[in-house]
Amino acid sequence: MYPRPIEKASAFTNISYRVALPISIVLWLLPLLAVMATSVRSLNDINQGNYWGWPSEWMLIENYTQVFTSTPMFQYLMNSLIITLPAVAGCVALSTMAGFALAKYNFKANIWIFATFIAGNFVPFQILMIPVRDLTIQFGLYDTHWALILFHVAFQTGFCTLFMRNFIVGLPTELIESARVEGVSEFKIFWHIVLPLVKPATAALAVLVFTFIWNDFFWALVLVQSDEVRPVTAGLSALQGQWLASWQLISAGAVVAALPPVILFFTMQRHFIAGLTLGATKG
Amino acid sequence: MASSSSNKSPENAVNSASELVAGKRLRASDVAPWMFLGPALIIFSIYVLFPVLESIWLSFFDWDGLGEKTFIGFGNYIELFDSDQFWTALTNNILWMVLFMLAPPMGLAIALFLNQQVYGIRLVKALFFFPFVISQVVVGLVFSWFYDPSFGVLNSVITFFGGDPVSILADEDLVTYGIIAAGLWPQIAYCMILYLTGLNNLNHEQLEAARLDNAKGWKMLWYIVLPQLRPATFIAIVVTVIGALRSFDLVATMTAGGPWGSSTVLAYMMYEESIFNYRMGYGAAVAVVLFLIMDIYIAYFLWRMIRSEK
Repeated sequence: MYPRPIEKASAFTNISYRVALPISIVLWLLPLLAVMATSVRSLNDINQGNYWGWPSEWMLIENYTQVFTSTPMFQYLMNSLIITLPAVAGCVALSTMAGFALAKYNFKANIWIFATFIAGNFVPFQILMIPVRDLTIQFGLYDTHWALILFHVAFQTGFCTLFMRNFIVGLPTELIESARVEGVSEFKIFWHIVLPLVKPATAALAVLVFTFIWNDFFWALVLVQSDEVRPVTAGLSALQGQWLASWQLISAGAVVAALPPVILFFTMQRHFIAGLTLGATKG
Repeated sequence: MASSSSNKSPENAVNSASELVAGKRLRASDVAPWMFLGPALIIFSIYVLFPVLESIWLSFFDWDGLGEKTFIGFGNYIELFDSDQFWTALTNNILWMVLFMLAPPMGLAIALFLNQQVYGIRLVKALFFFPFVISQVVVGLVFSWFYDPSFGVLNSVITFFGGDPVSILADEDLVTYGIIAAGLWPQIAYCMILYLTGLNNLNHEQLEAARLDNAKGWKMLWYIVLPQLRPATFIAIVVTVIGALRSFDLVATMTAGGPWGSSTVLAYMMYEESIFNYRMGYGAAVAVVLFLIMDIYIAYFLWRMIRSEK
């Protein structure tokens, strides 16, 4: 283990370390804690400069209720779900198939197709913007949920294929070979042998991609515009312009928008981090 | 073999299945990869590969997005290189890249600090990773509030120590640094996770051997640990450079490129020219410049990856 386990250090170091941990968290999360504290204050407190003292009145329920009653925040959250869930399912499905093909078949173009998926994944969004926007308008999908679902499926498939391919490469090839000798069709091999083995990887991938898509802002600006389809990131940004100095409401809105990926992260932490590093450190 | 079946559609795949029955040289395992790859390749080509080419093509035209396209050769690029806004954006992008390079060492420092097995450490690590999980729009709002000249936490601290309040996001000289600091926050968290995983996979025997030889402190870190962390460092640098060049969300949320265009970056400039000024060809030219800069890193990454696969 590196660095040396702190238990083996002197009692003083040991205790200082344990004290330093919570302090460092508070400092690290200071901007966030400020926002959370603000979200339960009254406008009066803010106007009078009471940012750190005890709130003169707790507005927890009032502020958070107001976020939902006086703005389309609920609609934004629903839109984010309607966009994110099918998009995650779509790119996990496509990339599992593509990853299997790239991991377990030897054909000439293999490495080049793999490289294309990876390269596409690093491309700046701006070079896709005008053509993708035109395409979406031509398909008649501009300002619909489908505009974002289809784009996210397509784009995230690049990263997901890299991820699934790296995972499937590690699965025993003998299993597939012996099934092939038995005359099992390629599709059945995929369905009955590969799919059960990749389940843990797809869970990790789904959590990760959910966060990526939920947090997308650029495409939500470019491909949709009305409140009926706008996801929560673009919605929140639009509300920021209307609320102006009502920081207690902006803060509450920000907390609400951040909550779903945060909850998912805390319940699926192990998967999330496994996903992030499996996709990355094998590159 | 594969090359002859490479562009076959699903109908052809059925044909080749019958060829298989006829005992010809096509085998199911030659066709199968293309059936599995098909859907992903098709949608990826439509939404990613062709748009890249189309944008490059568009950058040679004068186009408002609706009317006729007029071919003007390198006209957009000539105008671009003459524009102050472009050089401001490019300079800011370079500033982003340089300062973002703080993320890997800072991520490593935090990872070393947290790589212990004391009570509750898993929660601590999770909380440190927090900024990466939340949307950049939220990070942007959080930092706007943090920097706010009349309400913000930062100014409370500055005035507490007797300083004068500064309005970071309204100050031409400070604004980009303010946004970069906000961007570093999640980026450091990302690098920290990469290094924590790397630290988990260290070779214990080598560490013990070095300790027996009395290696300590910086020397231990520099000569024994860092070489073993090279894969993590490589990825941390790649994702950090890409992150710096992609910066859009924070600029859009915190300043919309202002004040007076001083905090803009290529990604934001492109969006602004295309969507607000209806200059699609010009916007495409900005995107192409950004794409070319990024290509250096993409090419390097692919070269390393293909080399390691062979």
